[in-house]
Amino acid sequence: MSVQTLPDDASRQFLAPYAELKPALPGADSDWLANLRDDGADAFRQRGFPGSKVEDWRYTSLAPLTKSAFDWREPEATLDAEQLPALVFGREASCRLVLVNGRLSRDLSAVAGLPDGATLMGFAEAADQSPDLLREALGGESVLADQPLAALNTAFMADGFVLHLADGVVLEQPVEILSVGTGGKQPPLYHPRNLIVAGADSRATVIEHHVGLCIGAYFANVVTEIVAGERSIVRHCKVQDESREAFHIAATNVHVGRDAMLDSFVFAVGGHLSRNEIRVKLAAPGAHCRLHGAYLMRGTQHCDNTTIIDHAAPETNSHELYKGVLDDEASGVFQGKIVVRPDSQKIDGHQMNRALLLSDKAQINSKPELMIYADDVKCSHGATAGELDDEALFYLRSRGVPEAQARRLLVEAFLNEAIDGIALAGMRMPLEQAVARWMSGAAR
Amino acid sequence: MALNAQTIEQVRDLGKYKYGFETEIEMETAPKGLSEDTVRFISAKKNEPEWMLEWRLRAYRHWLTMKTPEWAHVHYPPIDFQDSYYYAAPKSDDDRPKSLDEVDPKLLETYKKLGIPLEEQKFLAGVAVDAVFDSVSVTTTYKKQLEDQGIIFCSISEALQTHPELVRQYIGSVVPYTDNFYATLNSAVFSDGSFVYIPKGVRCPMELSTYFRINARDTGQFERTLIIADEGSYVSYLEGCTAPQRDENQLHAAVVELVTHDDAEIKYSTVQNWYPGDEDGKGGIYNFVTKRGACRGRNSKISWTQVETGSAITWKYPSCILQGDNSVGEFYSVAITNNAQQADTGTKMIHLGKNTSSRIISKGISAGKAEQTYRGLVRIGPRATGARNYTQCDSLLIGDKCGAHTVPYIESRNRTARVEHEATTSKISDDQLFYCRQRGIGAEDAVALIVNGFCRDVLQHLPMEFAVEAQKLVGISLEGSVG
Repeated sequence: MSVQTLPDDASRQFLAPYAELKPALPGADSDWLANLRDDGADAFRQRGFPGSKVEDWRYTSLAPLTKSAFDWREPEATLDAEQLPALVFGREASCRLVLVNGRLSRDLSAVAGLPDGATLMGFAEAADQSPDLLREALGGESVLADQPLAALNTAFMADGFVLHLADGVVLEQPVEILSVGTGGKQPPLYHPRNLIVAGADSRATVIEHHVGLCIGAYFANVVTEIVAGERSIVRHCKVQDESREAFHIAATNVHVGRDAMLDSFVFAVGGHLSRNEIRVKLAAPGAHCRLHGAYLMRGTQHCDNTTIIDHAAPETNSHELYKGVLDDEASGVFQGKIVVRPDSQKIDGHQMNRALLLSDKAQINSKPELMIYADDVKCSHGATAGELDDEALFYLRSRGVPEAQARRLLVEAFLNEAIDGIALAGMRMPLEQAVARWMSGAAR
Repeated sequence: MALNAQTIEQVRDLGKYKYGFETEIEMETAPKGLSEDTVRFISAKKNEPEWMLEWRLRAYRHWLTMKTPEWAHVHYPPIDFQDSYYYAAPKSDDDRPKSLDEVDPKLLETYKKLGIPLEEQKFLAGVAVDAVFDSVSVTTTYKKQLEDQGIIFCSISEALQTHPELVRQYIGSVVPYTDNFYATLNSAVFSDGSFVYIPKGVRCPMELSTYFRINARDTGQFERTLIIADEGSYVSYLEGCTAPQRDENQLHAAVVELVTHDDAEIKYSTVQNWYPGDEDGKGGIYNFVTKRGACRGRNSKISWTQVETGSAITWKYPSCILQGDNSVGEFYSVAITNNAQQADTGTKMIHLGKNTSSRIISKGISAGKAEQTYRGLVRIGPRATGARNYTQCDSLLIGDKCGAHTVPYIESRNRTARVEHEATTSKISDDQLFYCRQRGIGAEDAVALIVNGFCRDVLQHLPMEFAVEAQKLVGISLEGSVG
């Protein structure tokens, strides 16, 4: 590809180490992967960091990120096994991969009880051992087309996790991926690349848990790709609890096949600047997705939830519900787009975003969007923003509930609608506890 | 599939635009093209004060630095702004008719064809009409009665002669000349429009109305309307338009500014039925309009009601800036696009004052190959304590080749504000159609009936004179779209 002028200095800076790092990145000896990386670098070189003029990014400024200097060298993992239990979310999972600063730590990981036909490994391992598996599913064209940060990830992806399920394989237990950011003298920067390929009639639950083990800054630029085969069910539960200084930009791109189902839940409490973008393509009739999410922000945190649901085939359904609580000077963004393509008839698409503002300086920007090109559809969206209901508060106060507790009850009740939707019963309790912890002001 | 055959037949019949005719009247036109000279010509022609010319020139120079906006979901070939006339006035301009009898009979004929019974209006519904035929206001009735109350209702060129201080105070105060590409163009070359001033405490005794018509070929009409409601006053203003059939696209870039002071209210209603082009989108009007109202005073109110059925392309966002405490903004809209029409329309509600409230009801109907977008913004400023917004926008799709899109922006910076937004998109339910059909109602009538029901929340906000016309328009606009 021809050399293009870079849009700005920051983009150039982020791409600068590419030539030096490239030979050492996993799979450097396989041509197709090297080419994919080059394409990623080219795509990012052309687009650069999106500014506020880019419609998808109008409410989220990457200025704090692009102004920071990051250490792009191999970060050193500094995590002891004793620190692990405190970080684990919810119950003990028998099958867990631990990534420290984006790199798989075999010592801390435990992979047991996986049935035949199920493979769980690190991205670097997969690039070495089973490149065919990656080649099949990695890097859909959309990643490079209009997601500049995902393109950056494609250039630099070094590790992450890969879960592959052969046809008909059912995972009874959830798989937990714990991604720990430790910070460092100079804030580290890493690009985890994750892949879930679920064969026909398979079932899996993946908990992607991002947690910060420091108060310092770092930048996690995550891309997760999910391919749900025919009649498969993939449940993806993501908990974003990064450090309060961290940058977390994530893209989750999902391809849902015939009669398959994606169930996604995103819980965000951490990060200084975070964005979780989910793109779902309902590619064949009978495909179905459910996107739920909850975010709680305070201080000067900024959280962006952007989703695009593409009804690319007839008889596909989607259901979406996001709820946010914003305190102090926090700001929240919800952008949800439902696209119904021409001739995609018999569509059901419903979307709801509710935000609760707890302080005078908090703000929410919502942009629900419907793009409908077929007529036999039932699509709706709704968005609300407001404070706690005075009457509900008064009701509780009049019955002797102290104000702080009454507020907590109401906020918990508000979020429960989203959290209750989690099919994974084992996750509900820890999430509810996390909400309670957040309400009591503990930053974790 | 008898229905389909019927549809095809009806679509074929639709080729003729009901109001498509052209009156041959000699025009006095500015030279073709746009330059500072054109701006000076227009200003001189209207004998405008020096400051007005300077303002126009500032706008023109700013316009040269601007680019055509491309964010709207509409597609059209680039407009050649040099290939158009910017001023056209009926020949009889120099000696204006003093009464109806003096009006060019051909004009009266035109109005008759349009269905405006100008002569009978004294007996009808108390409507005073400031009829704009192309660029210059030709006749104003009921002036005397309005004058007695101190109401000023005249063309903006006339107001520039008689009340220059009022025009100077308010023009560009709601839509500054730098606002957007088409508003800036309008500021430079606006031809004429209405000026209304309602003095303190006066309730305007009748609905004020302007009937617009684009007539001369290739004459973009740049209408500018300014309505000011002083403390405690009320006015209801009606605007409606039809245009003759023609092949070349015509640009219509209007600016409407409304200002309400303490306790004042303006109700602004529009029925827009410009020529929409043929079934393939050939011809038709480009309607790029900037409409904005400022609720400056406490307890003031601005209400927009629009029925948009015409134009090849509509690009229009009547907005309210709610500055005064307790002020109210309303937007009721029905937009119908058929065949190859495109519409990108919606509203902006900017809440700045305390306890401000706004209500948005938008009903979009898309048929044929039409594309329609609702684009709206609700912004709650940090000081808008107790602000309240309710938005409902529903889209109805008729046919599988059309598109309906909803793009609301909701920005809240105040905890105590409550913002609610709801939107749905669906087609006419088969059950409802079947119910009507099995009771012997024809498919076409059934659709008109159901669509009228769908739009009811909006149509009922129109003044009586318009409500009847609008209901018929809804039916006519959708003719041939049932399938």
